[in-house]
Amino acid sequence: MTTDADSATKKRAAGQSAPPPAIEFHGISKSFGPVRANHDVSMTIAAGCIHGIVGENGAGKSTLMSILYGFYEADRGEIKVAGQAVNITSPDRAIAAGIGMVHQHFMLVDTFTVLENIILGAERGLLLADSIAAAGEELKRLEAEYDLYVDPEAVIQDLPVGALQRVEILKALYRGAKILILDEPTGVLTPQETDQLFRILQALKAQGGTVILITHKLREIMAITDTVSVMRHGRVVADKITAETSEAELAELMVGRKIRSGLKRTDVAVGKVALRVRHLTVRDAYRVPRVDDVSFEIRTHEIVGIAGVSGNGQSELLEVLAGILPVAGGGFEIAGRRIMPDDPCDPAQLRTLGLAHVPEDRQRLGMVAEFSAKESAILGYQNEPLYQDGIMFNQAAIAEKCAALMARFDVRPPLPAVLSANFSGGNQQKLILARELDRAPDVLLVGQPTRGVDIGAVEFIHRQLIDMRDQGCAILLVSVELEEIMALSDRILVMFEGRIVAELPAVDADERTLGLMMANAAAATA
Amino acid sequence: MPAASLPRWIDTGVIPVLNIALALIVSGLIIAAIGEDPFAAMAVMVKGALGYQEGIGYTLYYATNFTFAGLAVAIAFHAGLFNIGGEGQAYIGGLGVGLVMLALDSALPMVLLLPLGLLASAIFGAAWAAVPAYLQACRGSHIVITTIMFNFIAAALMVYLMVNVLIQPGQMSPQSREFDVSGHLPFVHEALAWIGVSFARSPLNVSIVWAAVCCLGLGAYIWRTRWGYELRTVGHNERAAVYAGVNPRRVIVITMCISGGLAGFVGMNEVMGVHHRLLLDFTAGYGFTGIAVSLMGRNHPIGVVLASLLFGVLYQGGAELAFEVPGITRELVVTIQGLVILFSGALAYMTAPWVARIYYAVKPRPEPAVSAA
Amino acid sequence: MKPASVFLASAILLVASAAVSAADLRPAVVFDMGGKFDKSFNQGVNDGVLKFNKETGVKHREFVITNPTQREQAIRKMAQRGSDIILGVGFAQSSAIEKVAKEFPNTKFAIIDGYVVAPNVQSLLFKEHEGSFLVGMLAAMASKSGKIGFIGGMDIPLIRRFACGYEKGAKYVSSKIDVIQNMTGTTPSAWSDPSRGAELTRGQFGQGVDVVFAAAGGTGVGVYQAAKDAGKLAIGTDSNQNYLQPGTMLTSMLKRVDVAAYTTFMEARSGTWKAGIKVFGLKEGGIDWALDENNKALISGDMKAQVDAAKADIIAGRIMVHDYMSDKSCK
Repeated sequence: MTTDADSATKKRAAGQSAPPPAIEFHGISKSFGPVRANHDVSMTIAAGCIHGIVGENGAGKSTLMSILYGFYEADRGEIKVAGQAVNITSPDRAIAAGIGMVHQHFMLVDTFTVLENIILGAERGLLLADSIAAAGEELKRLEAEYDLYVDPEAVIQDLPVGALQRVEILKALYRGAKILILDEPTGVLTPQETDQLFRILQALKAQGGTVILITHKLREIMAITDTVSVMRHGRVVADKITAETSEAELAELMVGRKIRSGLKRTDVAVGKVALRVRHLTVRDAYRVPRVDDVSFEIRTHEIVGIAGVSGNGQSELLEVLAGILPVAGGGFEIAGRRIMPDDPCDPAQLRTLGLAHVPEDRQRLGMVAEFSAKESAILGYQNEPLYQDGIMFNQAAIAEKCAALMARFDVRPPLPAVLSANFSGGNQQKLILARELDRAPDVLLVGQPTRGVDIGAVEFIHRQLIDMRDQGCAILLVSVELEEIMALSDRILVMFEGRIVAELPAVDADERTLGLMMANAAAATA
Repeated sequence: MPAASLPRWIDTGVIPVLNIALALIVSGLIIAAIGEDPFAAMAVMVKGALGYQEGIGYTLYYATNFTFAGLAVAIAFHAGLFNIGGEGQAYIGGLGVGLVMLALDSALPMVLLLPLGLLASAIFGAAWAAVPAYLQACRGSHIVITTIMFNFIAAALMVYLMVNVLIQPGQMSPQSREFDVSGHLPFVHEALAWIGVSFARSPLNVSIVWAAVCCLGLGAYIWRTRWGYELRTVGHNERAAVYAGVNPRRVIVITMCISGGLAGFVGMNEVMGVHHRLLLDFTAGYGFTGIAVSLMGRNHPIGVVLASLLFGVLYQGGAELAFEVPGITRELVVTIQGLVILFSGALAYMTAPWVARIYYAVKPRPEPAVSAA
Repeated sequence: MKPASVFLASAILLVASAAVSAADLRPAVVFDMGGKFDKSFNQGVNDGVLKFNKETGVKHREFVITNPTQREQAIRKMAQRGSDIILGVGFAQSSAIEKVAKEFPNTKFAIIDGYVVAPNVQSLLFKEHEGSFLVGMLAAMASKSGKIGFIGGMDIPLIRRFACGYEKGAKYVSSKIDVIQNMTGTTPSAWSDPSRGAELTRGQFGQGVDVVFAAAGGTGVGVYQAAKDAGKLAIGTDSNQNYLQPGTMLTSMLKRVDVAAYTTFMEARSGTWKAGIKVFGLKEGGIDWALDENNKALISGDMKAQVDAAKADIIAGRIMVHDYMSDKSCK
């Protein structure tokens, strides 16, 4: 354990001569069976800078970072940390080498306090009380240094997402991390929380730390990084100084072709009400309202977007309308059928009423990862007569249908027998979309249609949604991507703590005001 | 997992054989350590299980029990349920057969008693599984806990019934009277004798035919019907099932009933097929062994059959070993069986990385079709 | 059904390797699921067989079954291998012996605790109720609390017979005595579950019991340990178990299965073996209570005198100990 004085001395010493790069990858290759996740990757990340790594899903960014953090062992290649060749075989070694990682999915014990989580696995001394006391001191220092405040006594499950991320960062710093890896850190944050995160990263950099930021959001790369590497198909295709590149150039490098930007949309007059929601309330297991007295309607030829920080009831709203969650109060009406607390309706029935649902959580709700694509392609429609042959399934009809869906939505690879989990996020989403749009639903519920989806596929998915609307479908769109909400919606509703706190036409919306409404800061004054 | 990328024939062929070989090597070392000849012991075991007709009969008889019990665990597993209650369900299934036979054996002919016995064992087994299933589906009691408890309840119920109600009067041993011949499932050696084939006497009876039918039927049910589809959806991902309009509660209860019915057939094999009377402890742990069988057989009917045959060999060969070699006790035989379970079940993937290394050293990796999954 | 020819070949091989002169006896024992090292019933049989081996130099075959189907398999296999006398241990083997005895009329069979009527089967029955009666008296006399306990293995007729005799003996001493009964379980593990035995014993001590009688096979070891830990008294079963916890073992109810096993083999060897029922009671010396170095401090002269008197009365028929099996009740 180095004392503060020690590390301060080192820092000064390092500052005098040009420091070696924080991380160097030399010829890293890693295969999973026949799949090459990383192929001869070389990359240099200078000390004291914020380095971005961008690439589509499956480009190999996460694999590379997992190798650096010791989750995987590279098949070939060498890693140097601060000029020293290291052999990182486990996360422990990575931590010892001064590398910390903040994962996409937080690795925290929900029922522990912030402080307990931070010292977990890094307890010092025999008695827990000693560790806690020492950690308390250390935490105060870190807070002061990086402007990173979280109440150490708060229990994890009571904290908002942004705070959890700060806990993860504190965890890494507490373990002496000088190099911090963040994997898609902003996916769950509001614009305001993202700004706060970026301030923290800047502070880290100012203190001599190195930050590696993995993202597919080019705007963030442009906003905060000093240098950026682009990965595609397991290889590094470009290393750029951020100031010398542009979003468009990076996007092109990522996808490997030119990207058309901007959606063409025609104005279509809205029609009759397709989905009417009246005083709808959903309660969780503790009787707390998650959707609270919500009323709105969606007409044909209309996309209504729901904006909101995740966890403010949007997910529950989608699920109650899909028949997954029970209605606790109020109700909704679709195709002349009223669904109310004492007259519930299950998802299968709702489908027959012309409702389709592209769920937010595609991996866990929209498909079964362990199923072949053709099996996932009939999820929800497994009882259709088309797929039956007596008491048995008509395997041929199912495969045929799947192949047709794949062809229509350009799902790659177009192989119905491949395991659902083996498709990339974008192709999974296209398959689900294909399945749900296939029956030309009157009402379509869509959650996070492009989360984790490659840039190339985003465009395609957006086009499909617009086409559906043009054909007369009433679409309810939930997304944490404000850009997406603004690009697709005709009307935008803002949800906060289960209520709809604002409604505005999409033409009147901009990211700043929406962000404030989502945080409900300006709602009262607006 | 690197093993997932190995060709299927290695994953389901080479690795299991390698695991069993490892288990046998370790067993051999133990046998050598107690001063017996491991090769001779192995020869006795294999010969005892497969070397003569009676041995084969016993091996297949055990395999029949393991197939029923293994299938019961397998189907529940596909629905994400861990049915540890096969033992109790088999016990109660046997009770069902026994009651029907005791009531009707003198009144009805074999052709009627056979389907009745089948039905009774299935219904009783299913009923015994249905209660934990209901508790899991609608009351949130964990099925592992409730099925274990139901094993004990079944044992207690059987002791009570056998000692106080069904015992043959004047007997010290808590067992019922023997059924009339019409209540005996034909032994395979009897059935073969009808067509003029002579086969040594063994407890192997026509239940084995039913076990084969159950295997095929279960495979078709799980992978070729919409009910099986819903069952697997619930097993893999209950939320996706709800999304798909499947009622997981219904699926849980139905699946457990099928599972319990299958376990009940163990009771049929024992009560109607072998002992021809109700007695205590006829399940002898077959229901529990079914868990190992199912795991080793990767919860697939064909795998279950293969694992059942392996366990049949271990049971019969092990008995023969204990019989022939005085130095090898029943406990050592159990140790050998345990090693096989350990290597093929718990440590199933231990050898996979080595096999993968050797395989890819011999055969270079193909250029990936897609750069990343 | 004829044995396969393979059998004959291996049987011949085995006879040769067993190094026994062809003229000498070839005895066999089939133990039941409890195993043979329970320090109680099965081990008693094993002791008798070993004693026979030692005295005569005759080797025996043995098998410990693991499931009910193996009973018949093992017994038949013993017969096929040319065993002259096959001893089945425990009532559960009755039906298997009955069946196989019919198939091998020239082979002698004996069964302990079972009752099989056949021209080539000897049924070795014990009057456990008589011995239980005596230890019940001792328990009642040793108890200060007026409460004594009984831990059975499983609630089956045999154990009820033990329990009934025990209770009658205790009541014979004092009609006010309380007898608290518990059974260990309902599966075969009930006979080899010392920790559960200990737990039940502690439970009984909690209710004021100060002498406990275990008739639960290997489970008893836990009962005796619990008694020792609590400084209370325990009574062993079947074998003389006084040595297990000297000082807190009040006595053991002896069921001389070792004598039965030894005798039946000896008789078979000498040619005096006869089929039919052989009853072992106090009178025959097949049932008794144990008094040795380990427990003599616990048995006062008065206690010994009273028990000896009762024993004499039972042998003479002056006391009729109620047998649970006679009317399936303990009235």
